[in-house]
Amino acid sequence: MQAIGLSIVDWIIILIYFVFVLGIGWYLRKFTRSQEDFFLAGRKNSSWVAGLAFLSANLGALELLGMTGNTFKYGMYVAHFYWIGAIPAMLFLGIYMMPFYYSSKINSVPGYLKLRFDEKTRVLNGIAFAVMTLLVSGINLYAMALVLHTFLGWNWDVSMWVSAITVAVYVGLSGLMSAIFTEIIQFFMIWFGLFLVSVLGIIEIGSMKEIFARINEYSSQVSFTTLWSTASDPTQNGMFIHWGGIVLGLGFVLSFGYWTTDFLVVQRAFSAKDLRSARMTPILASFFKMALPFLVILAGLIAIALSIDPKSGFELLQDGGKVNYDSALPLLIARYYPSGLVGLGVTALLAGFMAGQAGNISAFNTVWTYDIYKSVINRKASDAHLLWMGRASTIAGVFISLITAYWAKSFPSIMDYMQAIFSWVNAPLFATMLLGMFVWWITPNGAFWGLVAGMSSSFFMWLAVKFHWFSESIITMSSTQSDMAANFWRAWWAWSICAAITILVSLFTRKRPKDELVGLVKGLTEDKYDQHLPFTKRPEFVAIISLIVLVILNIMFW
Amino acid sequence: MSEVKMKPIWYFVGLILIVMGGIIFLSGIYQFIDPPETKTVLAETHPAIWWGAIMFVFGGIMFLKTRKETV
Repeated sequence: MQAIGLSIVDWIIILIYFVFVLGIGWYLRKFTRSQEDFFLAGRKNSSWVAGLAFLSANLGALELLGMTGNTFKYGMYVAHFYWIGAIPAMLFLGIYMMPFYYSSKINSVPGYLKLRFDEKTRVLNGIAFAVMTLLVSGINLYAMALVLHTFLGWNWDVSMWVSAITVAVYVGLSGLMSAIFTEIIQFFMIWFGLFLVSVLGIIEIGSMKEIFARINEYSSQVSFTTLWSTASDPTQNGMFIHWGGIVLGLGFVLSFGYWTTDFLVVQRAFSAKDLRSARMTPILASFFKMALPFLVILAGLIAIALSIDPKSGFELLQDGGKVNYDSALPLLIARYYPSGLVGLGVTALLAGFMAGQAGNISAFNTVWTYDIYKSVINRKASDAHLLWMGRASTIAGVFISLITAYWAKSFPSIMDYMQAIFSWVNAPLFATMLLGMFVWWITPNGAFWGLVAGMSSSFFMWLAVKFHWFSESIITMSSTQSDMAANFWRAWWAWSICAAITILVSLFTRKRPKDELVGLVKGLTEDKYDQHLPFTKRPEFVAIISLIVLVILNIMFW
Repeated sequence: MSEVKMKPIWYFVGLILIVMGGIIFLSGIYQFIDPPETKTVLAETHPAIWWGAIMFVFGGIMFLKTRKETV
């Protein structure tokens, strides 16, 4: 079923966006002269530019559609992804971890592993990250074509090739800088293109209070409108999860694993002009992250409130008898947006897809060039050669993403594994990073074998549940659970196994001398930053404000 | 030879919001004068007019404030 029809004005809006991003790539190419320009945007961005890019790199269209759909399915618990599942980790990155990353002048997160541990740990993480990035990029490309085909009736092949070639052109021309520019444009497209859905939804239903009242009246057994008050009993909340899973799995491991170690987002902070700007990058981004539920969660709640009112005529699409939760946002766009605004809404989704892909490709080309190619294949590569390799790997990365996208088209169930892929790579890496940055006696062999054990145990747990070798309830420690709850708990166990093996092996293997670890480990490094600034200008002060806002939001929707 | 300096990202954001906001505003005016046969929910509030205008003004402010800046 085609949910949205486009007029000539809508097509003009979409065309303007494509012309604009290609034009920006062309304009920026003359400022991309060295490898630092290409891979790190010249390290000259302000904290606002890096901060918005940091947030936008994570703000793909798949997330917008998925989180609105998840809100319809699980209720307001999805807001945990934006609040406890993001903000503490972003602030921790800015306050404690960024000084080690930024001051060591590395080009990538695996680059830190090389300095702190050794080459084999770096290459292991580099390969795992490169494979994950291309898989995610390809699945995103497929998801984009699926959405455009389902809701707009567009041709699969044309959608995938046009967007892939556009991304290849502008990232290939000017690397991270054009990726950052288009991510920031995407940020504004998403807010202007999709926030109007929430505004018009509130106008139609009457007020936010009325939206909550309608949902509570319909669902009195399971709460869809609270954050914590029903978290002690998994049977009472829409996500069927205990607060322990939220705090340990999402709030600690998955969140910290993603926001503090995933190079896709951390790379944006590396592009900042100085240490203070780099530290401010995730802290400023945290405020915008906290605002996103007013776009996606609110839209999902509006969709619930409309669907339980038979007079509204609002109903999600069905695919083979199953509810298509991802149709919530496109159907709301079709419901409220007249000609012109529909083009803006579709452009917001397209921008989200393409910027997400550009983010993956720009992270991939950096990790490939520095952590695999220069580290293993050609150690003596010149600056000019690395710049050429960055461009070549951009084209190759896009091409491999296209192959992955066609593979995903043949096996659509791969879409269900997106969250699982993150828990294979990021959750254990966070244990390695945390121990590496804060405990000096963690050894290179401890880190390597801990990482191997964490990644393989996470993969094994996923396989074991998928093929019914053992029950999911062993992982979640609850007889009632959802896929989301299983993901949270699996991440927690993978982190714990990685941490335990890292510590155990470190106790029996050779430690690096302390003087080699200065600048890389807390306790061995001067850690008074920005002391010359008045307190109100320091990252710590802004982080405290962000934490206060987080607490207030959680209490408001308790 | 003087080196060409790069325009800030805010300049481009302003520009695209002006262009898109302007087009959406004008299409809203057109739909106000000649209403389409199929109406969306809340069409009577003419969202294209006021949302297009908000985008145009917001973009205009960003564009004007940054048009002479370089980074």
